[in-house]
Amino acid sequence: MLLISCPWCGQRDESEFTCGGEAHIQRPPDPDALSDPEWADYLFMRTNPKGRHRERWCHTHGCGRWFNVERHTLTHDIISVYRMGEGPADDGDGDPS
Amino acid sequence: MTAQPYRLAEGGVIDRTRPLSFSFNGRRLTGFAGDTLASALLANGVHLVGRSFKYHRPRGILTAGTEEPNALVQLETGNRSTPNLKATRVELYDGLAATSVNCWPGVRFDAGALIDAVHRMVPAGFYYKTFMWPRGGWHFYEKLIRRMAGMGRAPEGPDPDRYDRTNAHCEVLVVGAGPAGLAAARAAGRSGTRIILADEQPRPGGMLLNVTDTKGEPGADWIGDTLSELRSMPNVRVLTRTTVTGYFDHNFLVAVERVTDHLGPDAPAHLPRQRLWRIRAARVVLATGALERPLVFANNDRPGVMLAAAARAYVNAFAALPGRRAVVCTNNDSAYEAALDLHRNGVEITAIADLRTDPAGPAAEAAAAAGLNILGGHAVVDTSGRRRVRSAQVAGIGADGSLEGPVRALHCDLVLMSGGWSPAVHLFSQSGGRLRYDDALGVFLPDRARQPVQCAGAVNGADGTAACVLQGQDAGSGNRPAAASAPAAPEAGSHWPIPARNRSGEFRRFVDLQNDVTAADIALAVAEGYQSVEHLKRYTTLGMGTDQGKTGNVPGIAVLAGSLGAPLPAVGTTTFRPPYDPVTFGAIAGRDVGPLADPVRETPMHAWHVEAGAVFEDVGQWKRPFYYPLAGETKRDAVARECLAVRNAVGLMDATTLGKIVVSGRGAVAFLNRIYTNAWDDLEVGRCRYGLMLGEDGMVLDDGVTARLATNRFLMTTTTGNASRVLAWLEEWLQTEWPDLDVYLTSATEQFATVALAGPKARAVLSGLTSDIDVTTEAFPFMSWRSGHVAGFPARVFRISYSGELAYEISVPAAHGLSLWAALSRQGEDHGITPFGTEAMHVLRAEKGYLMVGQETDGTVTPIDLGMQWILKKKKDYIGRRSLARSAMLDPLRKRLVGLRTEDPELVLPEGAQILPTAPSGPPETMIGHVTSSYWSGVLRRSVALALVKGGRDRETTTVHVPLDGRTARAEICDPRFYDPDGARLRG
Ligand SMILES: [Zn+2]
Repeated sequence: MLLISCPWCGQRDESEFTCGGEAHIQRPPDPDALSDPEWADYLFMRTNPKGRHRERWCHTHGCGRWFNVERHTLTHDIISVYRMGEGPADDGDGDPS
Repeated sequence: MTAQPYRLAEGGVIDRTRPLSFSFNGRRLTGFAGDTLASALLANGVHLVGRSFKYHRPRGILTAGTEEPNALVQLETGNRSTPNLKATRVELYDGLAATSVNCWPGVRFDAGALIDAVHRMVPAGFYYKTFMWPRGGWHFYEKLIRRMAGMGRAPEGPDPDRYDRTNAHCEVLVVGAGPAGLAAARAAGRSGTRIILADEQPRPGGMLLNVTDTKGEPGADWIGDTLSELRSMPNVRVLTRTTVTGYFDHNFLVAVERVTDHLGPDAPAHLPRQRLWRIRAARVVLATGALERPLVFANNDRPGVMLAAAARAYVNAFAALPGRRAVVCTNNDSAYEAALDLHRNGVEITAIADLRTDPAGPAAEAAAAAGLNILGGHAVVDTSGRRRVRSAQVAGIGADGSLEGPVRALHCDLVLMSGGWSPAVHLFSQSGGRLRYDDALGVFLPDRARQPVQCAGAVNGADGTAACVLQGQDAGSGNRPAAASAPAAPEAGSHWPIPARNRSGEFRRFVDLQNDVTAADIALAVAEGYQSVEHLKRYTTLGMGTDQGKTGNVPGIAVLAGSLGAPLPAVGTTTFRPPYDPVTFGAIAGRDVGPLADPVRETPMHAWHVEAGAVFEDVGQWKRPFYYPLAGETKRDAVARECLAVRNAVGLMDATTLGKIVVSGRGAVAFLNRIYTNAWDDLEVGRCRYGLMLGEDGMVLDDGVTARLATNRFLMTTTTGNASRVLAWLEEWLQTEWPDLDVYLTSATEQFATVALAGPKARAVLSGLTSDIDVTTEAFPFMSWRSGHVAGFPARVFRISYSGELAYEISVPAAHGLSLWAALSRQGEDHGITPFGTEAMHVLRAEKGYLMVGQETDGTVTPIDLGMQWILKKKKDYIGRRSLARSAMLDPLRKRLVGLRTEDPELVLPEGAQILPTAPSGPPETMIGHVTSSYWSGVLRRSVALALVKGGRDRETTTVHVPLDGRTARAEICDPRFYDPDGARLRG
């Protein structure tokens, strides 16, 4: 079970959180401008990396706030945690080790 | 009191002043406090304790610990009965009653043992090969196989015991309280930080407890000193009878403490039976020791064949002799110590057959000095004896691993074996750590860790107590443990398996005793192409028993490597998964059982409903009145009566549970425009509007009525079951996509009690209870709301309807809910006011063809499918809009909402029934849809049903067929609005 640092509450057990999947997928400002495949890409397609992954989490059973987590999908190391609208501290995409 | 013929007069941890009476398979026996069930059985000379899983072969006690594959028992009877407990770990208490598993009618004669006679007809993959024919046959065979297979019986009633769960945090968690673990805990404890030391045994000490002569190395005194120092440290918690069974991410570990299991019925009432520990540790030291491996020779599974170290434990720790005349077979030094300890206690060691051609070194010298008969380059190649081993067949083994020279039968009642030691790397592997094969030691050792964890002691390859203590000290202080000095490698490679002397023996060389997997099974699997260790495991079930192959896995891998002609490290291990040791459901559930399993939510009017005899329905966590039967009424009668009351007079329903969310802020209108499919700009204060919410995929998510309370304040209602989901959905969009919108969401569900007053007499009832709300239709039209007082309470009244009748929903502060309900009931008495439940509500709305989210919708249904294009605003964007324009959404053959009129008006179709376009003609049938809602309609005096059907109302007036149990019903597709299709009644 992960130990996640909520940017508002501090370290808490994973069981207090909900994972909202990949982060930084913006809703297209003009959906009508998109073809069906482009819309389907926004709607359904997600990256599934072996390695660093930026994802949205919500502290559901805590403050209720959404925030971003950068997690290594193989080791489950949490590399950084940052608030909505912010970017990760380290922009690299290499292996954390 | 019965004698214990195999009990030594002195020694061991048992308390001879406290004899305990117990029964095994109905036979009354006696042991002592401090015994395990296994040691007490051995002291009484009982070796036959069970039957094997597949062949029902007689089985005895193989080990003295958690790794036991054979000696499984059913403990106690009735609702406290527990199946598949290991006799080697069940602590004896007075009055204990245990029975064997896997045998019928009894352990001495077992009908299933006939399978053993036709052994070769039941090879690896047998179930896959045989019982899959004919198609579907498995379902028939499975019942028979399960009955034969057994593995204990479930208890007969709910568990009467209490279980606990606790969370703990520590700087260092030490797993295992043998020499390494004790040393680690002491070193870590001296730092003053929080330390937890957990050990599965009743007493700390680990393998050291089984040793009487420590030859100058740390022993019992050292354990005592270390423990008293640990107990003097307030920062150290020592947990005994506690098995760390799972190692998860971020150093989160789960342990089970058996708090009172060992006390039986005498357990104090204030203590839980077991306690689940959820431990978060900054650092973990694994001092989990090593497990001795069996050797794979013919008939190595007979009662009386035992691991050498287990026999040593029974003699030294429990003063129980596992036999009087033993033959030893080994490939390493450790069995010599066992042989010497048994010899000292009067067991005749007939021979030590050592697979190494020239056993040398201090162990062999000591054995020779004691006069023991050492046969180098020899092995036990077979055993005989039906319910107990009677002799061991010993022969020479050539350099090429083949049988050499004559086979000698040695009379004995005990065969000790040792195939070397496997470090207990299970938890390390669970933690994500990598293993490496150490050629010098011939074992898999912990290699690179993925989490903050260190291994110390035998699990890390340390040999001897002093080395274990040193490693423990290092690990406890946070240093990397020094590398172990490698002892001489056991020459094991070519002896997996040990050759058999005949064909019968070839098929009875057991690798996994619990699942009855033999060396021949592995060879067959390899021949059939299952060459990866993961495939082998699944095909043969090697290591898939409740013991997870703790003793059999490494020998299995060695046999596989031999069959493949590959080196052992190339074969690798299967994945170690939690739990290390089985966990009871009780411990997992803790106190979250019965009424505490899930919160129950009741409305302020709940007591009234109970008083009125309501039958309740669970909707999410809410208890809602389902219907209110009068004396002698069936459900159908009661619901029909309630519905007619609403259609003809007036009814009242508790609508408190509907979700209520206050949406406020300058961006509220813009927000609702994006969330709902329709437009909200023009909704005036004082008016309400129905809204439909979609997922971004265009599928219906929820619906409800939203009222404009003020320019920038709305009250949204959601369906009862979706309230928290909708709030979370709205928050997600606000926080992640539209943080610039000035909108605040507040859940108000529990602030208000709400009563729905529905029926032609509703206005008359309401007008009698309010003086400041004008209820005339001109002043208070449909889809508007007013505030004022009802029955003297401040109230908001919404003129909305889910029944199709004139209706009001009256909300008052929750504290007044019961009083309001009572006042309405009194006021409506003369009008025949009738309380109605959710079932009547469902019928009333179905008669109107109104959808119910979760019944007509299932996450695959769009508003277009429901015929609700009227609610889709074209000129603005909203969540889900673009998806509705996808070509597949416009397919005219999508399932769409229709009404169904059964040919037989009395027939109420089952919900979920499939719909066929033609009469059934045998599978495969063409299915065009299914029934979503179906009820008896009292007002229409016939059944009504809603359905989702391909093509939808294009099929109107056609007849469809609904197969039921043994017959087929015919129904006509129709308009889903069965009653008052123009809606004249609700506007009146
Ligand atoms: Zn938080």
